[in-house]
Amino acid sequence: MALTTEEVNKIAYLARLGIDEQDVDSYAKELSGILNLVEQMSSVNTEQVTPMAHPMDQVQRLRVDEVTEGDQRALFQAQAPDVEAGLYLVPKVID
Amino acid sequence: MHNQTIAELAKGLQAREFSSQELTTAHLARIKQHSALNCFITVTEVEALAQAKIADQLISDGKAGPLTGIPLAHKDIFCTQGIKTSCGSKMLDNFQAPYNATVIERFNQAGAVTLGKLNMDEFAMGSSNETSFFGPVKNPWDHSAVPGGSSGGSACAVAARLAVGATGTDTGGSIRQPAAFCGITGLKPTYGRVSRYGMIAFASSLDQGGPMTRTVEDAALMLQTMAGFDSRDSTSVDKPVPDYSKGLNDSLAGLKIGLPKEFFGDNLNTQMAQVVEDAVAEYTRLGAEVVEVSMPNINLSIPAYYIIAPAECSANLSRFDGVRYGHRCEAPEDLNDLYIRSRGEGFGSEVKRRILIGTYALSTGYYDAYYLQAQKIRRLISDDFKKVLSEVDVVMGPVTPTPAFGLGEKSGDPIEMYLSDMYTIAVNLAGLPALSIPAGFVDQKPVGLQIIGNYFEEARLLNVAHRYQQETDWHQQAPAGIE
Repeated sequence: MALTTEEVNKIAYLARLGIDEQDVDSYAKELSGILNLVEQMSSVNTEQVTPMAHPMDQVQRLRVDEVTEGDQRALFQAQAPDVEAGLYLVPKVID
Repeated sequence: MHNQTIAELAKGLQAREFSSQELTTAHLARIKQHSALNCFITVTEVEALAQAKIADQLISDGKAGPLTGIPLAHKDIFCTQGIKTSCGSKMLDNFQAPYNATVIERFNQAGAVTLGKLNMDEFAMGSSNETSFFGPVKNPWDHSAVPGGSSGGSACAVAARLAVGATGTDTGGSIRQPAAFCGITGLKPTYGRVSRYGMIAFASSLDQGGPMTRTVEDAALMLQTMAGFDSRDSTSVDKPVPDYSKGLNDSLAGLKIGLPKEFFGDNLNTQMAQVVEDAVAEYTRLGAEVVEVSMPNINLSIPAYYIIAPAECSANLSRFDGVRYGHRCEAPEDLNDLYIRSRGEGFGSEVKRRILIGTYALSTGYYDAYYLQAQKIRRLISDDFKKVLSEVDVVMGPVTPTPAFGLGEKSGDPIEMYLSDMYTIAVNLAGLPALSIPAGFVDQKPVGLQIIGNYFEEARLLNVAHRYQQETDWHQQAPAGIE
């Protein structure tokens, strides 16, 4: 399994992850290497096996439907790069 | 003072032989003296001395517990309120956590002192501490070697006696492997035993926090404080916490040890195998019985892990988007540009590789072949352990295929690096507890023995490991230049 540079660019876009143009080739090579490493999984017959998502097979706990967290907006937004009137600011999305 | 264990120091504090302020000051001085090891990302001198002062008051009021006044340090993956929590990344270089992780909260309540935050591989992704934005950590036994990772700063700080104990986290071996490389004790508890609240997530179904100390006795003391149900972590397990110190000296007569034949194949160098064999021989002298077992699917651990962990990482790390906290790029043109450049600038190359692999494995058309297949193989590996642990009490084997490798030796080849985790990863896939204890030296570098137990049997593991430390002195050796 070898990834092309186009595929690497597409995956990077899906992940909204900037990668330097000059690094795309080496990413393609390294990611292909990792896919080759995991390739040996395909030879295992797992038809009857239940997938294991989690070690504990837990179910989500239920709790009484009441407010347990107070408003900490000001505290949390103190970390934000750009806020105004309690809102997170980003570049304009719709023209 | 710095050569004493938590258990010994607690006695000294109680007897007023020295104060926590003196103890803390001595450790802060050692941290400065050994700053070339690069263990710490942040040293919290002012806060530490304030905590020590409070601890001294608690001790004189007769309200001290076993950790009161003991100087510890925490992996920089645990959120600490008002203190930089970087996770080893440029992405969070400007982040001061607005709250404490549950683990931190518990140590604070126990009156422990926090010396600072420890270096680590970026977002805990690495096996050598070389992916940290803050530079690599040196192995205190050999400054040209890696300390292991991702909890490399933790292992180094404890081995170099800069902190009496430290926290680490283990997703694929990140407590046990650096503990082995630095000659200390490291315990990865059962998944769900220690709260993950406020512990920055890498792969949520694998991550687990645990103690890193010089002795097993100290690991028991730290785990006692860390373990327990937390309603703020939806995967925390609501099960009573036993007294981990109580059974440490229990007899090992009749203990059944399983040695998986797959652990002793061609990948393990003969000197490493000899160390494990010698340790097992010590156990037979203590009355244990050894049986060979087989875990036929264990060789699939690395492939399954390198799909599951990146898949979970790509989802978890999507929260770092330059909007609410963390790094934001200069002058973004539009929202996509903001996401792409903030993430591109904030993450290092290993984190990027894992996000890319995870995104690919979860994308349409590839999900079944990679992610679903990896989850099925995870089941097979877990079933192998279930079968073996129904026949024996503990499984033993190596922690790593070689002793600590050189700085830069594997950093250019991600796959070489991944293969160094071949003995630790399966435990995380199954969610089992396991620990590493010092068991000898190869090429003047420490070698660890791995002991794996059944779910929630940390007390048994600690007992088995403690008895070994009563018979041997590997754990008491200190790196040259450290005394």
